Amino acid sequence: MFDAHDITLTVNGAEVRARVDARSNLADFLRHHLRLTGTHVGCEHGVCGACTVLVDGASARSCLMLAVQADGRRIETIEGVARDGELHPIQAALSRHHGLQCGYCTPGVVMTLIELERDRQGRVLGEDEIRAALSGNLCRCTGYQGMVDAALELWGANTE
Amino acid sequence: MTQTPDDRNPAAEPHLRWIGRNAPRVEDGVLLRGGAIFLDDIDAPDALEATFVRSPVAHGLIRAIDMSAARALPGVHGVYAFADLRAILTGDRIPLALPAGGLRFDVDPPCLAIDEVCYVGEPVVLVAATSRRIAEDAAALVVLDIEPLPAVVDPAEGLAEGAPKARLDTPDNLVAHTKVDYGDVEGAFAGAAHVIEAEFRLNKGGGHPMEPRGVLARYDAMEERLTVWNSTQMPHRAKAMLVASLGLSEHQVRVATPEVGGGFGTKAVFHPEELAIPAAAMLLRRPLKWVEDRFESFTASIGERDQIWTVAAAFEADGRLRGIRGRLRYDHGAATPYGIALPFNAATNLIGPYVLPAYRVLIDLCMTNKTPAAPTRGAGRPQGTFVMERLLDRAALDLHIARDEIRRRNMITPAQMPYTIPVKQRDGSMMVYDSGDYPECQRRALEAAGWDDFPERQAQARREGRRIGLGLANYVEATGRGPFESVGISIGPSGKVVVTSGATAQGQGVKTMLAQVVGDVLGLEPASIHVIVGDTSATAAGLGAYASRQAVTAGNAAHAAATLLVKKAREATAALLETSVDDLEIHNGVIQVKGVPGHGRSLTQIARALAGTPGFALPGNLAPGLSASNDFMTSGLSYTNGCHLAEVEVDPDTGGVKLNRYVVVHDCGRMINPMMVEGQILGGVVHGIGMTLFEWMRYDSEGQPLTVTFADYLLPTSDVVPRIEIHHLESPTPLNPLGVKGAAESGTIGAPATIVSGVEDALRDLDIRIDKLPITPAELRRLIRAARAAPPSPGSAP
Repeated sequence: MFDAHDITLTVNGAEVRARVDARSNLADFLRHHLRLTGTHVGCEHGVCGACTVLVDGASARSCLMLAVQADGRRIETIEGVARDGELHPIQAALSRHHGLQCGYCTPGVVMTLIELERDRQGRVLGEDEIRAALSGNLCRCTGYQGMVDAALELWGANTE
Repeated sequence: MTQTPDDRNPAAEPHLRWIGRNAPRVEDGVLLRGGAIFLDDIDAPDALEATFVRSPVAHGLIRAIDMSAARALPGVHGVYAFADLRAILTGDRIPLALPAGGLRFDVDPPCLAIDEVCYVGEPVVLVAATSRRIAEDAAALVVLDIEPLPAVVDPAEGLAEGAPKARLDTPDNLVAHTKVDYGDVEGAFAGAAHVIEAEFRLNKGGGHPMEPRGVLARYDAMEERLTVWNSTQMPHRAKAMLVASLGLSEHQVRVATPEVGGGFGTKAVFHPEELAIPAAAMLLRRPLKWVEDRFESFTASIGERDQIWTVAAAFEADGRLRGIRGRLRYDHGAATPYGIALPFNAATNLIGPYVLPAYRVLIDLCMTNKTPAAPTRGAGRPQGTFVMERLLDRAALDLHIARDEIRRRNMITPAQMPYTIPVKQRDGSMMVYDSGDYPECQRRALEAAGWDDFPERQAQARREGRRIGLGLANYVEATGRGPFESVGISIGPSGKVVVTSGATAQGQGVKTMLAQVVGDVLGLEPASIHVIVGDTSATAAGLGAYASRQAVTAGNAAHAAATLLVKKAREATAALLETSVDDLEIHNGVIQVKGVPGHGRSLTQIARALAGTPGFALPGNLAPGLSASNDFMTSGLSYTNGCHLAEVEVDPDTGGVKLNRYVVVHDCGRMINPMMVEGQILGGVVHGIGMTLFEWMRYDSEGQPLTVTFADYLLPTSDVVPRIEIHHLESPTPLNPLGVKGAAESGTIGAPATIVSGVEDALRDLDIRIDKLPITPAELRRLIRAARAAPPSPGSAP
């Protein structure tokens, strides 16, 4: 009933080939086809940011992108962040500063912060800049303060 | 006695190994790695997926439902209206009713609409298919023929003479009438030096957890057992509803929560879908999954609604309260899933930390054609607190008393504790404030926020063209609601400590909290303890997450159970070592002879000895197994309190409100994990900021919801919330051995009153009075324009 498309993409460094429905979005493809269920779906209209992944290094709402649009792209998800069993420094800092509670928004927050870390290119970041970067990720539990403090510990003025 | 964490002398409390420390959360690792299993992540390869056809109108009669095209769609396995499910149900309605004084009739919802639809989003037809996509395609083919009826949207209009009925099966819209009434109210007003009258219309929205609701049901026909994974705060209550509605016995139903992505009250109430999905799974003989999408969440999940308060307050000339009287009209929505808790909490929490000699509020609950109302974080209390704090601010202005001073003059003092208010609670007992130091709490908050020199800063800002204001509010919260919570601890031959509880977790850190308490008693690392919560097969009885209760109830149950377990371990070791129990102590998970490290038995060794060996006696003839359990029964509500101050900046041209600074002084008694307590306060305050400035669930005059996306209904984001400074007092409650009070909702309660106090302060010369929540930029600009157009009122500054 719907067009199927063959796509080839890289997910967390590994090549993936798949046949997908034209109407399947990237979040559903990652979650249900590849069983990478760490990417969460919170609103399906591009506001909450829970489904944030990196596409060719840039953050993207995987609920607003079709799976076929990922053809030829490099996708990074939460499952690829911790290496060799060790938490990424961003993940460890979030835990230290209680930057997560229920954890549903957390994968999207981590991906947003990884993009921020790359974009800052060694610059010291201020609280306003960090709050602006996180403003596309909704969290109902933490009031954001623990996330902001985690980022400040890693990239703020006192740590360089 | 009140103390701060800094005052505490660790040497005086050497047993406090884990309680009171910021133990790392045991929950974090799997959540950070993306490996946690939430409802939609459960791997159920043979499961069908469901969607619902929902009422598109606020009120109407179902004339016909044509499901033929939907049933014919390839991939569709079942399309069910109410009559199709009714065959396996014991009754038409889900028996939700909570006993509540004042209810004139109960309106229990059916799992699918029977013949009348009473709110937009009410489920009418369930479609099950091989995928959610196909189910939604099929749902679009279902034709509902509904005859529209007049809708009741506004509770004030709904209570008026001649109003249409929100439901045809009720005598009228007044679903409940109740009151809070004590003291000589007439006398209070007759002798008053000053009376203030006001009307408030206070909106509060939904809980909006980032993970919407969801249910996965699997019926095993061979074993005749139903397993339901449910993203709920109250699995034991969900099980009771399924047992009653499906005519099964307790051993046939298991309800288990996977990882739950936030609750905030939304997931406490049993919703119609939680019965419809298991019922359909039983008919289909296939596992069936439904995950709520965000549109459904806005239209089908419970939330709070409007409270309309008409009040008058009588004061002495020195600002002391003589009495308050008034009326509260409440928008209750289209069913009664949770009694009258919301408006009753609002009315009783109005009293706050103040001496109120006489009080009468008449409460009318109006049925409306909206999604049923039930508590979300704060549960009606922010509104009651808002009313009292606004009345105090207005009296302070009129009587030329400072806002902090009028509060001080009315405050209950520590010497008056325990303080009884002659209001009967849900359980029939009187309202008793158990402990706390309200004047000291306010004093510290004023000091932290720089209250005394604020007028200078305000004047300086004004010279720079900026309008800043400082807001203040005090509040209490009844926490730790009973009647009980359960904890079991067992150590088997593996040596693993397993803790089970009827408590449930939605992000609060309940597992860490229980592991800390048990680890404290056993001398073990919390991370080494395995905690199972939210599973009816692990714990026979339990209640779950509501009313800021789990540290109080489950925390104390864990402490009592661990203490019992140590007692048994010492008795077993005494038998094994042929020594006296009194000579033994527990140290780092080993029962040892006092002061002789290494001479003893580990809990693992004791567990093995108590597991039994065929034909041999158990040590000391003790009962088998190294385990213990406790149901902690509450003896009253423990009252948390706090004082909030907010420095706000108002842009009079745009009506925008910016929060420059936010200070909380908080007292929830002894803290088990201060980091997690602060997490609760932070999230709570930000929820209150949302309720005050951003969140507004709106409906049109026909009852159509207008705010059904996160682009229309605004949650607070990281760039609009300020850094929140938290300071603690610790007044341990005498009502439980740990001295703990709840902290989960408290932050929300103080925020609206505090922020609005600050906004009015920033606009003092314009004499702006804010009577509505939320206070949007458009509404504030309207008030500012109206004030500027009006002649100056007597006494206002130029």
